[in-house]
Amino acid sequence: MSDLEKFRRETRAWLEANCPPEMRKPMTSEEDTFWGGRNARFSSEAQRVWFERMRDKGWTVPHWPQEYGGGGLDGEEAKIVRQEMAAIGARAPLASFGISMLGPALLKYGTEAQKKEHLPKITAGLIRWCQGYSEPNAGSDLASLQTRAETDGGDFIINGQKVWTSYANYADWIFCLVRTDPKAKKHDGISFILFDMASKGVSTKPILLISGRSPFCETFFDNVRVPKSHVVGTVNRGWDVAKYLLQHERAMISGMGERGVGRPLGQVAADSVGHDEQGRLEDPILRGQIAAFEIDEAALAAAAERAVDLAKAGQSHPAFSSAMKYYGTELNKRRYEILMSAGGIDALEWESERSKGGARPRAWLRTKANSIEGGTSEVMLGIVAKRILDLPGG
Amino acid sequence: MALILTEEQSMLRDSARGLISDKAPVSHLRQLRDSKDATGFSRELWKAFAEMGFTGLLVPEDFGGSALGCVEAGVVMEEIGRTLMPSPFLSTAIVAASALSRGGSTAQKSQHLPKISDGSLLAAFAVDEGAKHRPLQTGLQAKRSGNGFKLNGAKAFVVDGHTADLLIVAARSAGGPGERDGLTLFLVDPKAKGVATERTAMVDSHNAARINFDNVEVNADHVLGEVDQGYHLLEGVLNIGRGAVASEMVGLSEEVFGRTVNYLKERKQFGKAIGEFQALQHRAAQLYIEIEITRAAVLKALQTLDANVDGAGAAVAVAKARAGSTATLAVQEGVQMHGGMGMTDQFDIGFFMKRARVCQELFGDANFHADQLARMKNY
Repeated sequence: MSDLEKFRRETRAWLEANCPPEMRKPMTSEEDTFWGGRNARFSSEAQRVWFERMRDKGWTVPHWPQEYGGGGLDGEEAKIVRQEMAAIGARAPLASFGISMLGPALLKYGTEAQKKEHLPKITAGLIRWCQGYSEPNAGSDLASLQTRAETDGGDFIINGQKVWTSYANYADWIFCLVRTDPKAKKHDGISFILFDMASKGVSTKPILLISGRSPFCETFFDNVRVPKSHVVGTVNRGWDVAKYLLQHERAMISGMGERGVGRPLGQVAADSVGHDEQGRLEDPILRGQIAAFEIDEAALAAAAERAVDLAKAGQSHPAFSSAMKYYGTELNKRRYEILMSAGGIDALEWESERSKGGARPRAWLRTKANSIEGGTSEVMLGIVAKRILDLPGG
Repeated sequence: MALILTEEQSMLRDSARGLISDKAPVSHLRQLRDSKDATGFSRELWKAFAEMGFTGLLVPEDFGGSALGCVEAGVVMEEIGRTLMPSPFLSTAIVAASALSRGGSTAQKSQHLPKISDGSLLAAFAVDEGAKHRPLQTGLQAKRSGNGFKLNGAKAFVVDGHTADLLIVAARSAGGPGERDGLTLFLVDPKAKGVATERTAMVDSHNAARINFDNVEVNADHVLGEVDQGYHLLEGVLNIGRGAVASEMVGLSEEVFGRTVNYLKERKQFGKAIGEFQALQHRAAQLYIEIEITRAAVLKALQTLDANVDGAGAAVAVAKARAGSTATLAVQEGVQMHGGMGMTDQFDIGFFMKRARVCQELFGDANFHADQLARMKNY
């Protein structure tokens, strides 16, 4: 038996012994996701047990170095852990922008002191991070951001406003883009800086969305004092860090539809439209839409697997995450259009116990942001056209 | 297993690409078409395929082959797709070789496989009867007669049927159309009494035939696999063929796309390259993404086939459906973005459009495979 086969067997056995049955069920509400942080609460005993076991094994982030609380696994081993978790439907023990966004940027651009300070608190779920990128006048044109950071001795004084800051009202720290040189060309005067959301002068205001929920905030900075040592990478070269982080963010958003997927669409649709005598869905056009969707979904899963393998082999294009982001988000919107159609009028209830507080229509509406957040579909296509296909202009 | 080609597979791709792009660019197909060539492909190139070891890729080593897998066969098919080279590679080296090595007796294997491997035997697989691919609906009759069977019926869209030295024929030996039980595969000599072959000129200038069977006598030695239980073998072989055609469509799509993107950079209107227009940039980017995702799905299917043919049904359905839709999109965008030039026969792009349409039908189109997937998942 090869080492990898042995590792797979051990992983399977360990997961079997340690993943509580409740943590193998599809997620049905927001409470099912554990985000960590200073004010973290577990929604169940099983959630706590699962998180702590995975944390102690280093598997909240299996592929990060052990010195930072990761599992120290190589690419093949980490893939096996993902596959074996997926095979039993195991939930992610910890959801975190620290893992999916900040961590990769710190590992590449951070000083050793910054890595030692922040990464172990991410893997242990102690600090919850948020992302200060977009501003009221800097959306798709992110590099035109205006939040200023002015020198005052060894500190920066930060003033300005961010928007669409996911869960800023629950976050402990923020990784933030600020303008440190207002005279330079727009991409050249930006710095990437970290600070505590409890700092004096930071305030947040949730934004009510069409889903009736408020996952995003406006975030205000009024003379916030941050030591210069909190800059990641070089002052005024923050755009490099920002872009690198965006690649990871886009890869994460691309995969959103794959997590906590729930019951197969064919079964969900059968609940409302029923089967004919041959066992086919009674609505043949809906059946065709579901099959076409599942073909694209399976193909995207293969592409995601291949993207990781290509990166490992040094054969991937850095802008490919934009391609995956585009496709994954458009596909996730399609999934929810089908779910709404399959649910019919049952999927329209907004508040009842029966509908779990309108879980499905609220999730449906939430997916509409997928193709906007982290770069719109149109921006993604522009990046692919210019950076991968090398088409001229603009 | 990583979802990328290994070093050996990349080397195979390079050598296939070298030979095919050198000896059989699209002008090769054009020349065969314009001269109404009676064979429809180059026997000389088939010899070259044999010398390179391509004809025996899937043949077990005991019978003169190299016992490689569907991924390797797909690598060659993809290169064929780039230049639209007409070749018995699919019908003989992939489908027939798989049918014989998976279902054949030792005597059948010894008789035919070494000849496939050395390039001296051409074979064709006769399944379709109606306008659409419906293997379960097979109705060509196999009636018991003495020690053997008598075949009556007709097959259509028999790829390379006009030059075959050996036919593999799906027939109904029991039950009725739609039933899994009662299918039998037969090895039939195309020169046998009662076999009438009509070469059918197709839209893509590739090779196919309609074949009539009028009281064709075959003895028990010519049954491939088990009598009445041929569906399992048939389905496995078809899935291997589907993976191969999907690979051809990936190569075809990528070639059309490459030519189209080059045209977007060269063609000037309104004083600038048309590739500067966002309307075209976004469509080009969408097509690129479709192709990359399809490429991954196809490689996944080929690897799954190599791991276990019987467990590959869903992955193959996904791959063939995706490849069909992607190739259809690629050739449509290709013609549209080439403007009037794309409509001319002088320009190659139309050849790709025609071949894509045929590949879409071959072994089941995207709708067929979507339906298959829904059945596998019980909805």
